[in-house]
Amino acid sequence: MNQKKIIIYTTLGLLALFIIAGYVYKNQQTQALTHMAENKSELFERPYSWSIGPKDAKVHLVEFMDPACETCALFHPFVKDIMIKNEGKIRLTLRYAPFHDGADEVVKILEAARMQGKFIEALEMMFATQHYWASHHHAKPELLMEFLPKLGLDMEKLAKDMKDPMLDKMIAQDLADAKTLGASKTPGFFVNGKPLQTFGYDQLKELIYSEF
Amino acid sequence: MTKENNPNQTWILLFFAWVVATIATLGSLFLSDVMMFPPCTLCWYQRIFMYPLAIIFLVGLIPYDRTVLRYAMPFVGFGWMFAVYHNLLQYNIIPETASPCSQGVPCSAKYMELFGFITIPMLSFITFSLLAVLLYIIKKRG
Repeated sequence: MNQKKIIIYTTLGLLALFIIAGYVYKNQQTQALTHMAENKSELFERPYSWSIGPKDAKVHLVEFMDPACETCALFHPFVKDIMIKNEGKIRLTLRYAPFHDGADEVVKILEAARMQGKFIEALEMMFATQHYWASHHHAKPELLMEFLPKLGLDMEKLAKDMKDPMLDKMIAQDLADAKTLGASKTPGFFVNGKPLQTFGYDQLKELIYSEF
Repeated sequence: MTKENNPNQTWILLFFAWVVATIATLGSLFLSDVMMFPPCTLCWYQRIFMYPLAIIFLVGLIPYDRTVLRYAMPFVGFGWMFAVYHNLLQYNIIPETASPCSQGVPCSAKYMELFGFITIPMLSFITFSLLAVLLYIIKKRG
């Protein structure tokens, strides 16, 4: 047989196999996740998870994030904008995936600030000053601490609350859920259980709007 | 075994080596880009030596050119060495001294174990070994 023909057919065969396998795999993943969203909704939102928006909202947006992650900081205004434009229609749940070094301490600061009712304020301050305390993918909570008194936080209480062993359990649970759901990068978005397949602002917007 | 040097036979062996390298290339892309397993640094070094083989073998196939062995062997050799090292790390035979690899993926992390013992670096080791054997046979026959 013609050698060139053998090579061309093999190449086409392997490429077709790759594309079909990819398609089948993604489909299965989406199905499995939608199934989980229906039957194991606790994977997406735990009782302790910070959420905003009505419980019966049409769209449940779950974001696995890390306060030290640059892309999370870049996405924050975008997510906020979508939330404001579609008030009452979206429920947002923030989950932690502190993949950066030292980021779990930062999550504890954020949770301690939440106990004083300053969650969003603290998170936005963290994102705004991130380049200062989290340069080169290494979070330095002690640098972040310098900014916190400006929010009117009781720093003594904050330091005490950060030691709450519940916080360690909470972070471990969030990381375990991220693993189960396949969120290996931050920010990791799920819209009604469906993962954001290709990453980007427009893709996220499309995915959210397709659920309305 | 016949001792004749049938060029068609060695062509088929080289063709087989090309198929193996191409499957390895597409397979590793499947793991990273479809299944979204982030590759660690050592995985990247093995990829660096595997991907060109899919092209180099192809060039040697049309028209058949035996000198392809000379160019392919260093890639197989270096890739094989990285694969050995990576497996030693994964089976804890040598400790991992370096800090975590790219984006917090330590090279000792195991993503999957087919049938309980085949990890991704094991697949890489098997593939590079198979290529080395194929190239050796082609060299002997030529």
